[in-house]
Amino acid sequence: MMNRDELLKIISVLDFYALDLQLYLNTHPTDRDAIQKYNNVVKRAKELREEYERTYGMLTPQNISDSPWRWIENPWPWQYKFNFDLEGDECNVDL
Amino acid sequence: MSVMWIYDKKLQFPVKIKRPDPRMARLIITQFGGPDGELAASLRYLSQRPSMVTPMAKATLNDIGTEELAHFEMIQSMVAQLTKNASIEDIKGSGYEPYYVDHGKGTYPVQAAGTPFSAKYFQSKGDPRTDLYENLAAEQKARSTYEYLLNLADDPDVIQPLRFLREREIVHFQRFGEALRYVQDYLSDKKRFSYGKMKK
Repeated sequence: MMNRDELLKIISVLDFYALDLQLYLNTHPTDRDAIQKYNNVVKRAKELREEYERTYGMLTPQNISDSPWRWIENPWPWQYKFNFDLEGDECNVDL
Repeated sequence: MSVMWIYDKKLQFPVKIKRPDPRMARLIITQFGGPDGELAASLRYLSQRPSMVTPMAKATLNDIGTEELAHFEMIQSMVAQLTKNASIEDIKGSGYEPYYVDHGKGTYPVQAAGTPFSAKYFQSKGDPRTDLYENLAAEQKARSTYEYLLNLADDPDVIQPLRFLREREIVHFQRFGEALRYVQDYLSDKKRFSYGKMKK
């Protein structure tokens, strides 16, 4: 099982991949290969996001919470502690 | 999912800066509230949406305008982390003093020279072609700004997110260029515009 930073890193990579494809598809709406890629990336990101949220807390408030309310948990993304280290690390994700 | 926009509790690209550097914070803040910064970019594109034509160009404005808010948050995180553990001795002589006197270690949208953010930094002209040309120029100006910041940066923790943000300006420039070609085709000859049954 992946730890919190590993999971967050892969979700960040996949979400970025999806966003970049989204912008591309806005101006290439008939590119079937890119749509297929987009669909695969979004599905994988969704699974990993659910796994992350079960253990490490809510990424968006549109989700169920234990008590006490988990949305307010520290750290927040602008804090040093929240973020994972990229140093010397290539992040390749299999789809 | 019932509301727009939804906050996603993570950064688009990680910001993890170990070493305080108020000098660099004072420079990077220009991409928070300066003329070619991320706030101006986001407000520019989101403001232009209602008068845009073609589904491609509308989606492009909407989605890049949204991504810019994520960049606004990355810049804010960089400024916050560069100053959080800075001592008064670090601040003295760093160039951060004038900002410190007005805002302490808070993040406030100003340009590097201290002028507060203004809507005067962008246009929403109501003419789809004019607005897209403005946006192409804006992406180039932001790219230049990131290159100037990179020239002045020496910490890899600072360089990595700046390089990511610079690359996004190039991708956005590309996408706006494609959107402009759709808009030009649509406006110059509606019959030549061939993507399905197009509505304005």
